Amino acid sequence: MATREELADILAGFALFGDLQTPQLLGVAGIFEETIFPEGERILRQGLSGSGFYVILEGSADVRIDGVSRSTLHRGDFFGEVSILLGEAPTADIIAVTALRCLMAPATAVQPFLLAYPQVMFRMLQAQARRLRNANRWRS
Amino acid sequence: MEADPRPFPPGEYPVIVIGSGPGGLQTSYGLHKYGVPHAVLSADEGAGGMFRKWPFFQRLLSWTKPYAPAERTARAYQRYDWNSLIADEPELRSLQAEFMDGTTYYPSRPEMQANLEAFAERAGIAVRYSTRWEKTRKEEGPDGTTFVLETTSGEYRCRILVLAVGVAEPWSPSPPGIEHARHYADTQDASYYAGKRLFIIGKQNSGFELASGLAAWASSVTVCSPSQAKTALETKSLVGVRARYVQPFEDAYLGLGVRILAASITEIEHVGAAYRVHVRRTDNGEALSVDADEVIAATGFTCPLQDLPDLGVAVFGQAKLPAVTQMWESASVPGIYFAGTISQASPGLRRNGIPAYSGAVQGHRYNSLILARHIAQVHFGVPENRPEVAPADLVGYLLSEATNAPELWHQKGYLARVVTVTAEDGLRDEGIVPLVHILDTHDEDMVAMTVEADGQGSIYPMVFIRREGRLEEHKLAAQPLLDFATDEHASALRAALGSLLPGVSAE
Repeated sequence: MATREELADILAGFALFGDLQTPQLLGVAGIFEETIFPEGERILRQGLSGSGFYVILEGSADVRIDGVSRSTLHRGDFFGEVSILLGEAPTADIIAVTALRCLMAPATAVQPFLLAYPQVMFRMLQAQARRLRNANRWRS
Repeated sequence: MEADPRPFPPGEYPVIVIGSGPGGLQTSYGLHKYGVPHAVLSADEGAGGMFRKWPFFQRLLSWTKPYAPAERTARAYQRYDWNSLIADEPELRSLQAEFMDGTTYYPSRPEMQANLEAFAERAGIAVRYSTRWEKTRKEEGPDGTTFVLETTSGEYRCRILVLAVGVAEPWSPSPPGIEHARHYADTQDASYYAGKRLFIIGKQNSGFELASGLAAWASSVTVCSPSQAKTALETKSLVGVRARYVQPFEDAYLGLGVRILAASITEIEHVGAAYRVHVRRTDNGEALSVDADEVIAATGFTCPLQDLPDLGVAVFGQAKLPAVTQMWESASVPGIYFAGTISQASPGLRRNGIPAYSGAVQGHRYNSLILARHIAQVHFGVPENRPEVAPADLVGYLLSEATNAPELWHQKGYLARVVTVTAEDGLRDEGIVPLVHILDTHDEDMVAMTVEADGQGSIYPMVFIRREGRLEEHKLAAQPLLDFATDEHASALRAALGSLLPGVSAE
């Protein structure tokens, strides 16, 4: 049950928002909405479009493709951006494996958000590059 | 000594509902309808909940059209009436219009209160008023949990607790000096602000309600919070400041008397007889200060859940909403359900950034009926009513629902008309159900019809189909006259249903 100030403090500790100052973090906290998912609940559904961008504040979530667990996401991790950037339905289910507290931004808010905070866009790009590199390593 | 004439003396009841606002009344009506014995307790002296007091300027922002394309007692009329509660009996339907004086289609607060009081009285909803719930404990027995409520009337016990207590406890942020600000809930008479410089913290509807209402009195108005203000006209949904309160934006764009700042408040300082509000701009961190004679915190409300978090009820967000299942049951303490405005704690899929509209009467009145049915079936063994649908009727039925069903129009993308398809039962109408519930807790083949808005101004039927365990979504065409019962929609829906409808030709 975080106030906007508390959310800003939490975000300051996440790599994605590491370059932002307090007033900016407070602004970011206002774009996102805190939301909570009980254990076992789905946040993204494979094949269903129109979802949002999520940053995990507390708890962990499973990434499942066709019911098979592929990886686990934790505090500070984010998801949902790929389907928003590409305008396609998610290719995986994201399922809360514990009670999961997240910040959520609707898909429509993501582009203006990234353009308003280019430092966040750069950090997101870095994270994507890392994921791509790891996927390539794993293949080779 | 005379016996207390009020209903529901202290004791044990199978279900206890707390609250006598729209959420409590509608839930009680639903429980009666499904034959679930229950008691209703309320701290207030009469029906109406928050509408006994608010909105501050005594005029709602949700409307009721006395004249509409549908008859007042018809189900389709509910689309044009955001404020009445829902009933099967024609004489209990759409009561709001009866109490309006015709000056505007937004009822005044007293008109809304009269509507809710009339519903309670005519539907015979018994409430024990002036009974404040104060403390709660759990007792674990061999056959489950009992909730024990201490109230100003005495002790109550129940197995199922439904809380419809609103989201009405004033909440303020905590910068130094916030004690100099009055909360929205303590706003003075408008004339008190005559000639004063007013600083309003918060960019929700309550902040802009005050900014519009006090513009005639205050000498200047500053509205401030860290985020950019959004209007419902921009989001093309109910997200953001509603059209009724956009005048301050026009004033701000013209530079006439209203300033809207995106800044965080660092301190409110007492200077002489006035205040100096120190802020930092969100975009570049620059410090500014604003002198004001009055500071009002229109920073929202929290959910008055009393000691329930101590019992293990998990809450989240600034409003301290409970973490709930898709059927509005506490995710951490089973047996505690939430109705009314609190049912917004379950936002649904939020497709296109649009959440369920459960924060307002026109949305949560349907949630209450679904919740009552759910409690009746799960806890009281009331049999499900699943009428058969003839395969030849399915397409027409779903398109008629998409065009007319008030549940789908008021709860876009959240409530669905669901028809299941199984070998043993054929096609069965499962009623109106939260979409997420049917997507995640069932696995039979089904079709769910919703009405969806894309946040760009377009409204269209969205069909979800589960076929052999896999989900599909089919967007049907938007139609300028909002009529989806067309041949074009019928062919598209038939094509989408495909194998779900053996024996019906795809034409």
